Amino acid sequence: MELSINKAKFTPKVFILVALILLATGMLFGILGGLQYIIPGFLKEALSFEKTRPLHVSSVLFWILFASMGAVLTYLKEHTGNKLYSNNLSRLLFILFVISILSILIAYFSGKFGGREYWEFPPILSLPIIIGWIIFLINFVLSLDSLKSQPVYIWMWLTGIIFFLFTFLESYLWLFPYFNNQVVNDMNIQWKSYGSMVGSWNMLIYGASMYLMTKISNDRSYAYSTKAFVLYFAGLFNLMFNWGHHIYTLPTQPYVQYISYSVSMTELLILGNIIYGWKATLTKAQKFFHRDAYRFLVAADVWVFLNLILAICMSVPAINVYTHGTHITVAHAMGTTIGINTMLLLAVCYDILKDTCISLDPYQKLMKLGFWLANSSLFVFWIALIGAGVLKSKWQMNSDQIAFSLMMQNLSAFFIVFTISGVLLLAGILLSIYPLFKNHLACFFSEK
Amino acid sequence: MLPDKQKIIVFIVLCIGFLSYSGFLYSHLPVSNPNFSITEAKGKTLWQEHNCTACHQIYGLGGYLGPDLTNEYSLKGPDYIHIFLQTGNNTMPNYHLSESEIQDLIAYLKSVDRSGKSDPRKFSINTNGTINQ
Repeated sequence: MELSINKAKFTPKVFILVALILLATGMLFGILGGLQYIIPGFLKEALSFEKTRPLHVSSVLFWILFASMGAVLTYLKEHTGNKLYSNNLSRLLFILFVISILSILIAYFSGKFGGREYWEFPPILSLPIIIGWIIFLINFVLSLDSLKSQPVYIWMWLTGIIFFLFTFLESYLWLFPYFNNQVVNDMNIQWKSYGSMVGSWNMLIYGASMYLMTKISNDRSYAYSTKAFVLYFAGLFNLMFNWGHHIYTLPTQPYVQYISYSVSMTELLILGNIIYGWKATLTKAQKFFHRDAYRFLVAADVWVFLNLILAICMSVPAINVYTHGTHITVAHAMGTTIGINTMLLLAVCYDILKDTCISLDPYQKLMKLGFWLANSSLFVFWIALIGAGVLKSKWQMNSDQIAFSLMMQNLSAFFIVFTISGVLLLAGILLSIYPLFKNHLACFFSEK
Repeated sequence: MLPDKQKIIVFIVLCIGFLSYSGFLYSHLPVSNPNFSITEAKGKTLWQEHNCTACHQIYGLGGYLGPDLTNEYSLKGPDYIHIFLQTGNNTMPNYHLSESEIQDLIAYLKSVDRSGKSDPRKFSINTNGTINQ
């Protein structure tokens, strides 16, 4: 690591390496949280759930951010064929984000919270993230000659960077009393920002995976096609206006529900496109499945399909009223962050950290085992959460409700299954990324 | 392939729509006369400082380990909440809150309760798929 952040040797690969460490760390905290579900009172005094959950969430969010930044910087360099505008800015971005995540994790361990869902650290710690992101934006724009005749992934990256900055700043409007002094007003703006923010990092990730796809297939035509841009604009439209499904049950203005519901239904276009292109996707999958990175892209395609169906259902207010506040929402969140985002980013990691110093051939069996173990256990994990959600939904709608604690006891079988499958998922991911680390270690020592 | 000009126009139109919608929402917040008292505001700060949202939900948003607390005040009453805040339980730690902190948190939960109903059984479902509170 020291060598990599050394002035002469700094490359965006370090973002990817730190990202992978954060992924493993985040999953470990996730397993700890799962154990706290099945063993009430487990580590209640030393590391209670209000610490475990943000430790898990922030580690995983930073896995996504680090890996996305690493992917965009690496691929931008490859795309333009030039150096980045400034390697010093990249290094500064890296240092600011490392400082951020370390101080955030320390704050959680010592019980200091800002208490906002997903960004649960004290607000002051958001400053290095904001400064770092502005630096990222500057470096990206100045590394790009112009927006003229650029492929869709450049548009996606630029959109993702700009909208993440906007929505991240928006999520801190609660610091102003005008937004903060009534719970419904506060939650309205909070979830508006969060809904669009997820769309922003999806733009970075999907853009990176599209770049990777063109690289593997050696066919750039799709990235410039009208269809790719139509789907990009459909995604952007949803990023901007479909966030209301998070707050259908909040006593807010009815038009928030109507706009979000209508806009979300445009996702049927994306679903239709997946079904329409299924055969072509399958043919391509058979052709490239032996490629390590491509396997993860195919897995993500399957997860997109499953989660899009779930998302479209949850976007219908009449269905959302049953699923809201249940583990079906968690299944969707996990299905998208692990099934889609993580699979796509792992594909990117394989591409960027591939066999540069040692051959990965002797590890093929191990990597395939990791891939299948991760995906099959994720499926069990996902189904267990949906099962728990269905039972909680029945409880929520029951006119003769039993106590919350009894309902939770009734769900314990699902929690046991999702914790065990979580352990297997971690094992699968570790098996998949182990050869990448081994390769990087070999590079480290050979350069030394 | 779409010409660059068309792409830029679509992008700008979408951005103008997004910014207008955002501005409109900021200036037309759902509750026009916010009414947090000093005690309720202190309670909200304590709620955030103890990261209560990790385990509890408000309007179905938040954690899943504990119950939704939107209408806990009117359903269970302040005394019930007081006991939980004072001692914790099998899952919830005892945060060793002072009496005034407990009162601030109860005041905050009272204000949340006043803001609306989160019970999904109270919603009516329309044939077009929308819901009414």
